[in-house]
Amino acid sequence: MGILRRNLTAYGFLCAALICFTVFAWYPMVREFILSFQKTDLINPPTWVGLDNFKAAVQDPAFGEAWLNTVEFTLLALLCGYAVPFVVALVLNELRHARAYLRFVVYLPVMLPPIVAVLLFRWFYDPGPGLFNQVLDFFHLPPLAWLDSSSTALISLVLVSTWMNMGSATLIYLAALQNIPPELYEAAELDGAGILKRIRHVTIPQTRLILLLMLMLQIVATMQVFIEPYMLTGGGPENATVSVAYLMYQFAFSQMNYGQAGALGMLLMLALLVFAAFQLRTTREDRA
Amino acid sequence: MLGLSATACGSGNPATPSAGAGGAKAVTITVACQPAKSAPKERQAWDDDVATFMKAHPGVTVKSTDQQPCFDPKTFGPKLAGGQMETVFVVPVTNYDDVIGQGQALDITQYTGSIKNWNDLRPDVRELVTKDGKVYGVPNVHYGVGLVYNRSLFTKAGLDPDTPPKTWAEVREAAKKIAALGPGYVGYGEYSGGNTGGWHFTQAIYGRGGSILTPDNKKAAFNSPEGKAVLQNLHDMRWVDNSMGNKLLVGWESLMMAMGSGKVGMMLGAPDVVTDVVNKFKGNVADYGITGFPEAKASLSGGEAFMINPKATPEEAKAGLEWVDFRFNTVGKGRFDFARGKAIGNPVGVPDNAVYGDSATGKAIQADREKNASLPVTNYAPYVQAAATIPPKAEPAHAQELYAILDVVMSGVLSRKDASVDQLLTDAETKANSMLAAKG
Repeated sequence: MGILRRNLTAYGFLCAALICFTVFAWYPMVREFILSFQKTDLINPPTWVGLDNFKAAVQDPAFGEAWLNTVEFTLLALLCGYAVPFVVALVLNELRHARAYLRFVVYLPVMLPPIVAVLLFRWFYDPGPGLFNQVLDFFHLPPLAWLDSSSTALISLVLVSTWMNMGSATLIYLAALQNIPPELYEAAELDGAGILKRIRHVTIPQTRLILLLMLMLQIVATMQVFIEPYMLTGGGPENATVSVAYLMYQFAFSQMNYGQAGALGMLLMLALLVFAAFQLRTTREDRA
Repeated sequence: MLGLSATACGSGNPATPSAGAGGAKAVTITVACQPAKSAPKERQAWDDDVATFMKAHPGVTVKSTDQQPCFDPKTFGPKLAGGQMETVFVVPVTNYDDVIGQGQALDITQYTGSIKNWNDLRPDVRELVTKDGKVYGVPNVHYGVGLVYNRSLFTKAGLDPDTPPKTWAEVREAAKKIAALGPGYVGYGEYSGGNTGGWHFTQAIYGRGGSILTPDNKKAAFNSPEGKAVLQNLHDMRWVDNSMGNKLLVGWESLMMAMGSGKVGMMLGAPDVVTDVVNKFKGNVADYGITGFPEAKASLSGGEAFMINPKATPEEAKAGLEWVDFRFNTVGKGRFDFARGKAIGNPVGVPDNAVYGDSATGKAIQADREKNASLPVTNYAPYVQAAATIPPKAEPAHAQELYAILDVVMSGVLSRKDASVDQLLTDAETKANSMLAAKG
């Protein structure tokens, strides 16, 4: 009882968070789970339809493309958004001058509302006066179609996403790097290890947990990509940028088929849960 | 979970009757479409109408909402479920089937006898809000698609704006001349994503006499000579003539913005395009004109209707319909008060409403509009003449699903020089038939 009373303030704060999570995260998840087995117009009582919504979602013409695009987007985003911030963090960690300024510069894009960042890139990608093609032109290189070709649209979205999220990832990596005891590097240097060996034998093992955690977080976040295709490509050209989350949006708000959207959401959640479980298991084994 | 969490809201009635003075049942209704605060004069006119209506209908309180646009598919379902939907709301023709089919609008058949000018509404327009013999809405706006064009660019390109193109060959020639004005000029603008590509493909194939579905709505019918002609023409304009610019336009506003910039020569659209380009995207009203759909055999119907919240009580439904009558169905009053519209600077004269057709009400509205026109009505004369002879054609069943499939063919021909029109249409046909089979 005494312990409980002593920690009353802490429990109070926890309760507030718990209520928020329950109302705004867990209840909607449960509601969506139920919705995915119902046909509803949101007015009349819903009817139970078993797995019909799941069947309809799977049979949708864009279902396969949406999953392929999402997986491709996730892999490309990992390639750019996972590796690049780590390298940037390594460089920032090594810097002796203008460190604070450069950290601020790297973090700056995170402060932009995503919608602003996306609109900014819409201008960058403009095939006429857009910044990127102007730069290519400056170097006497041919212009690219960026968002306007099925071969470049997806990677163009990945670039936006990476740019928007790089600051946060870099800061997290940087914090992890700064927690590495300097003695380890000193010992490695005394043993004659060069920079690559120091990274391989000291940095990566010491940041392994955070690297795994970031991998999981990034996969979960990038597989739910929505705002980029919604704002920049409308899923095109030729469905090249339809993502699972975008297709969910189409089901719910173009076709007003909330049950089918719920079913697709559950499938996405299931895929992410399987991945997260695998990832958590790896992390636990690693700790053990 | 993408916004579906919004469905977690509770439910309730849109408006609650309460005891009024003298024991009479007072009723409060909410009505959509109040002009935004950024249009203070139009908003004031609306608020004045609300005050006048309430004075004439003691016991009825009207509360307005100014969500813009009036109908937002993203919030429609959740608003209805959450008891937030207005008593009287607007639905665009593209969504009639979904809203009516899903029971999200009240059956108002019993009230039609008391709706002002009901019998003067065009029968084909009334048919659109009727399902299984029951009426679900009061048509508010109706129009067919034509060819919107920039008269100023026509003049600049050496074309005569008073003789706009009548055939697709003429459209192609005009587009080439406009694109030749220099970098950034687009002869002909077209959509390719966010379901707008499929929507415009439907407009184009209807115009050529084709269909999206077979008459029984069981199979796709767009893999046809008309469908091929639409795509081949677009492909050739984009890649042979280079008259369509090099940017894919996604979403309704992208083409409107381009048109408003004054560098796009032509696009498919209804007269409301001109109003939106001028009011929302800074276009110069004197620059735009609209003509009939080239070589038109039919024209996709556009428009909107007022519908009543299915949760409304009979008193609320009755009051809601009286509001619609007062504000939207009375010649010389409310939205048809063209003299007031002209005085507050609205673009009066765009033939944006053929909902009453050639009836007595329609003629009275047209005469009043022309009398108070604040813009050159001659710019719209070719459209008006053509509209009288082109039969309207409704949206296909499962329109949004089909538009999503047809976005692919539109973006295909506009993004790839080597696109095969036949292959694109065959693939889309397979997808559409599979979707239709799944729908039963």
